[in-house]
Amino acid sequence: MSLLELQGASFAYRRGGPVVHDVSLSLGAGESIGLVGESGAGKSTILSLLLGLSAPTSGEVLFDGIPLARRDRTLMRRFRSSVQTVFQDPYSSLDPRQRIDRIVAEPLRSLGIATGDDALERVAEAVASVGLERDALRRFPHEFSGGQRQRIAIARAIVCRPKVLLADEPVSGLDVTTRIQVIDVLRRLRDETGLALLMVSHDFTSVAALCERTVVLKDGRVVEEGATGSILSSPTTDYARSLVAAIPRLP
Amino acid sequence: MSDTAPVQVTEIPDAAAAARRPRRRSRRAVLVIGCVLTASVILLALVSLVWLPFPQSDTSGTRLEGPGAEHWLGTDKLGRDLMTQLMIGARIALVVGLGSVAIAAVLGLTLGLIAAFAWPWLDDTLSAALDVIIAFPVLLLAMLVVAVQGASLWSAILAIGLAQSAVVARLVRILARRVLGEQFVTASRTSGTRWPGVVGGHILPNIAPMLGVNLALQFGIAVLAEASLSYLGLGAPPPNASWGRMLFEAQGTVLTAPVGAIAPGIALVVLVLGVNFIADGLRDVADPTRRHG
Repeated sequence: MSLLELQGASFAYRRGGPVVHDVSLSLGAGESIGLVGESGAGKSTILSLLLGLSAPTSGEVLFDGIPLARRDRTLMRRFRSSVQTVFQDPYSSLDPRQRIDRIVAEPLRSLGIATGDDALERVAEAVASVGLERDALRRFPHEFSGGQRQRIAIARAIVCRPKVLLADEPVSGLDVTTRIQVIDVLRRLRDETGLALLMVSHDFTSVAALCERTVVLKDGRVVEEGATGSILSSPTTDYARSLVAAIPRLP
Repeated sequence: MSDTAPVQVTEIPDAAAAARRPRRRSRRAVLVIGCVLTASVILLALVSLVWLPFPQSDTSGTRLEGPGAEHWLGTDKLGRDLMTQLMIGARIALVVGLGSVAIAAVLGLTLGLIAAFAWPWLDDTLSAALDVIIAFPVLLLAMLVVAVQGASLWSAILAIGLAQSAVVARLVRILARRVLGEQFVTASRTSGTRWPGVVGGHILPNIAPMLGVNLALQFGIAVLAEASLSYLGLGAPPPNASWGRMLFEAQGTVLTAPVGAIAPGIALVVLVLGVNFIADGLRDVADPTRRHG
């Protein structure tokens, strides 16, 4: 059964036209999906729907087969502890006034999963699993580089041991070397913990490095879907072909 | 567990940090000077609670006497000791400053947060109401409050506090909206934090430094406003010796007995400059990104 599913979802802003049209996709345990498209394709809106931050104007978001009801506190608590996210901008996604231990522990506190020494232990474990040392815990975000900050954001996302990680362009703001390091961290977490991963990106190379399946979006609609390898080697639509052709290659 | 070698957390090289250090030192010096100036007025007010050179209503001194051993700053045209009045004035200035800022902080923070979270129509309505209050002169508002309540210290505090709460609400709304747009707020929501937790955990701590600076500035403005109200006879009524009233009473004798005008004038400058310096220095102290490299 799917862990997280979008069924015929559409979304329109109150004073604007629809930005997502009848999109369906499902993410099972241990699966990894890349959501690819250019700016304005509706990727981030779909992520917002999957995170329960916005409600679809039509269609449904299902979590463990149950329609997501934002008023159902018990369901939402289970949803939040199972579905976590990593944002695009590592400079904006960490509160500059909180120390790292407090930032990473936030899901544990908010969801009532762990407190005190137990929480601290889980925070230290999460920080270690993204390759940072324990002394990072008492520092502030501005004392870290962009790549380190993104690792901290990943640590926050995995500290409550979620089943699904939604990543919104997690490497697009990073330099090439750091990008590879962060992709390695995500790949290792996926392989070691069976984390289902949905990665939103406009960059096919990052998706190819992490995701088995790819969904190509254009103007809020799914235009192509399939195994990442086959889309890269033989895209069937002009739009997917143009995205693949845009991948930088060595001369 | 991880097969990735732990990454050594290193300080980000920041060439600008070294250049910022002398500026930070000068800001610290400004904070210290501000604390010393403000503390001197607070000390004067505290001492006045337990000891005064002369009783508050004592008019036994010679009229318009110059500074001397008995009357350190001299006397006014009624023969009252100027040092005594200055000490009581310090108490009143601090009470007005703190009272007005407390009203402004509570009202302003509440209204500002409501506006930041409100539906667009409510936000627009609140913003328009705040604009009207901000455009309304403090003295005119004070006159209205005095007309309703009568001239008293508390009317002055209420009038100044109400006028300042609009400024604070406007600032809180802008700052809170800016923080709400940050990804760490969305991250907090997706971490399961409810809105009250977001406000307490992220919004208030992030707006606190700017708000603190603004409230410190508002304190200085409140002290000056009270002096203006007292000067116009709308502040603390006699026998309370407000600095504004002292200035009013000394204006006719400023050439023959200038200390009567100079002393409260200097006291006002010391207090207002002191809190302004503290406001400037507070920004550094309250912001971790300014404290480190």
